[in-house]
Amino acid sequence: MLAHNLFLAWKSLRKNPVLSLLMIGAIGMGIGVCMTTLTVYTLMSNNPIPQKSDVLYAVQLDSWDPNEAWGEPNLPPSQLNWRDTQALLKSDIPKRQVAMFRSGFAVQEPSNKLPAFIAEARVTTRDFFEMFDVPFIYGGGWDAPADRDQQQLVVLTKKTNDKVFGGTDSVGKTLKLDDREFRVVGVTEDWKPTPKFYDLNNGSFAKPEELYVPFGLIEPLQLKSFGNTNGWKPEQINSFQDFLNAEEIWLQYWAELPDTKTREAYQAFIDQYVREQKKLGRYPRPLNNRLTNVVDWMKVNEVVTEDAKVLLGLSFLFLAVCLLNIVGLLLSKFLGKSGETALRRALGATRLQIMQKNLVEVGLIGLLGGVLGLLLALAGLQGVKQLYRNYEKLVQLNGELLLVALGIALVSSLIAGLYPAWRAARLAPAGLLKTQ
Amino acid sequence: MLQMTHISKVFRTDLVQTHALRDFSLNVKEGEFVAVTGPSGSGKTTFLNIAGLLETFDTGTYLLDGKDVSHLSDDSRSRLRNEKIGFIFQGFNLIPDLSVFDNVDVPLRYRGFDGKERRRRIEGALEQVGLASRAKHLPSQLSGGQQQRVAIARALAGTPRILFADEPTGNLDSLMARQVLEMLEEINSSGTTIVMVTHDPELARRAHRNIHVMDGQVSDFTDFSQASAARDALAA
Repeated sequence: MLAHNLFLAWKSLRKNPVLSLLMIGAIGMGIGVCMTTLTVYTLMSNNPIPQKSDVLYAVQLDSWDPNEAWGEPNLPPSQLNWRDTQALLKSDIPKRQVAMFRSGFAVQEPSNKLPAFIAEARVTTRDFFEMFDVPFIYGGGWDAPADRDQQQLVVLTKKTNDKVFGGTDSVGKTLKLDDREFRVVGVTEDWKPTPKFYDLNNGSFAKPEELYVPFGLIEPLQLKSFGNTNGWKPEQINSFQDFLNAEEIWLQYWAELPDTKTREAYQAFIDQYVREQKKLGRYPRPLNNRLTNVVDWMKVNEVVTEDAKVLLGLSFLFLAVCLLNIVGLLLSKFLGKSGETALRRALGATRLQIMQKNLVEVGLIGLLGGVLGLLLALAGLQGVKQLYRNYEKLVQLNGELLLVALGIALVSSLIAGLYPAWRAARLAPAGLLKTQ
Repeated sequence: MLQMTHISKVFRTDLVQTHALRDFSLNVKEGEFVAVTGPSGSGKTTFLNIAGLLETFDTGTYLLDGKDVSHLSDDSRSRLRNEKIGFIFQGFNLIPDLSVFDNVDVPLRYRGFDGKERRRRIEGALEQVGLASRAKHLPSQLSGGQQQRVAIARALAGTPRILFADEPTGNLDSLMARQVLEMLEEINSSGTTIVMVTHDPELARRAHRNIHVMDGQVSDFTDFSQASAARDALAA
């Protein structure tokens, strides 16, 4: 019966193409707008590392201004300074820990055939790769001594390796970064966690850096931050060493704490560290150190903006308005076919069978509207892409979202069609047969 | 086959009450061909709608094929209509965008027959009305008489126990009207009970019995089968 009802629905749509197109267009518009905002929203609120998000913690120490919190409500800074980072790195409580920041280099490939180019780099301790499950094509990260011994090693991303070495296995080869020779130890896959949770200071949806170098090189090479650097008090900074010793915050710090016991031990460790620093005249604010897991970290940093939430709500309201219009059009369509409905009732159709027939037609309209909506959503996402370059990664519909779009189109149109279908099924056949 | 006793039906609006049927009693035997006549507004159509289970009534009892249908649910009445009743309307009431085949198929699908059985019945019914070669045509491609024959085929395909015809020749010219009437007589002669509402006295005379309805009540019976038998006896 479903196949037959689909056949009848298709005939009915073709019989009145203008009305059908109006309804399909209305659903398509609603779904298109909804899916555009829902796609952006879903990817904004995506858990970028679900397998580990509950054991990875952003470390925050409240070294900020005694008169004013870094953020409301009473939030400690999201980055650390050099001195504190050095102290925390000495702890062996976390399973893994990472201190890092965003920098950059002028890259020159060995044969000098290509012109040099500027590449963003992440300067990081070695645990970065294992802690964040970074996949490698060739080689791997560097060993622990590299962070201490100031070895000039580099891990390239696939894109950089393609550009400099034509995609070949470049492990062991060298390239120049700011005119210094670095040896390649690994090449990562095309790894793009979205949002870029481990460094939300420099754009929640920014691309990962193009290469990685050891954290130990900061001092000898005087590596500068390409990201945000913040301070709360005037400080005399005349040299790179002054900068490292200042209260300026510019480093991201993450710890992998696999269980509650380890987390509590680490919390006690950082609290104790801050207490000791207070004795030295630092940390003027009350104790307020935090360990925040990935999901909470994205909430604290408002990765999903209020604008996005409002837009999502508005887009569903728009869909509701479209559906209300469809209710009217469907009523007009079904009541316009009351003669046929009366005939079918006279020939033995139950009210339920009439409702089913009409709802199949509504469902077909919904599905066609869903397909149109997907096309409009693709266009809408291209528009988002043009407007917001940072959201480039967000503007793609995956299979799951395609199904969601069709599901929303189907379910919402069926809901909109319930009343008209019910009204049509309740028509008394006797009075309508003469006029058929 | 059809036994109505003291049926009444009142249509109410905020201002007016219209007694469409009052104390209406009628008994139609199995295999009869009954014509129902009467002026406009006399209650013929209301009677036909109630008899065809398209309308409920206020008081009285109604037995259809021995079953009391006075208090049946809407679903049960739909099923009974589908299984026991065939309708033929003045305006043919074919679905314009369905082919002849698909029009005849409509009640069979609601009956739940499988595809093979439906095809057998549709082809048989179209054969019976002489339209087997027009199965793929749309109603608009047929003459009025042919359309009414499709409607008859649709009514016959479900092998109903009783056929209700509402002015079945009202929209046809005299030649086509005669053909349709002959077809109804043939159907009746094979055992199907027919109740036909008509304005046309000539048409009514072809039935076994003529029931005249006036002001919602049966006002007169004429038994043509007995008159015909008497005529035959005199002639002999």
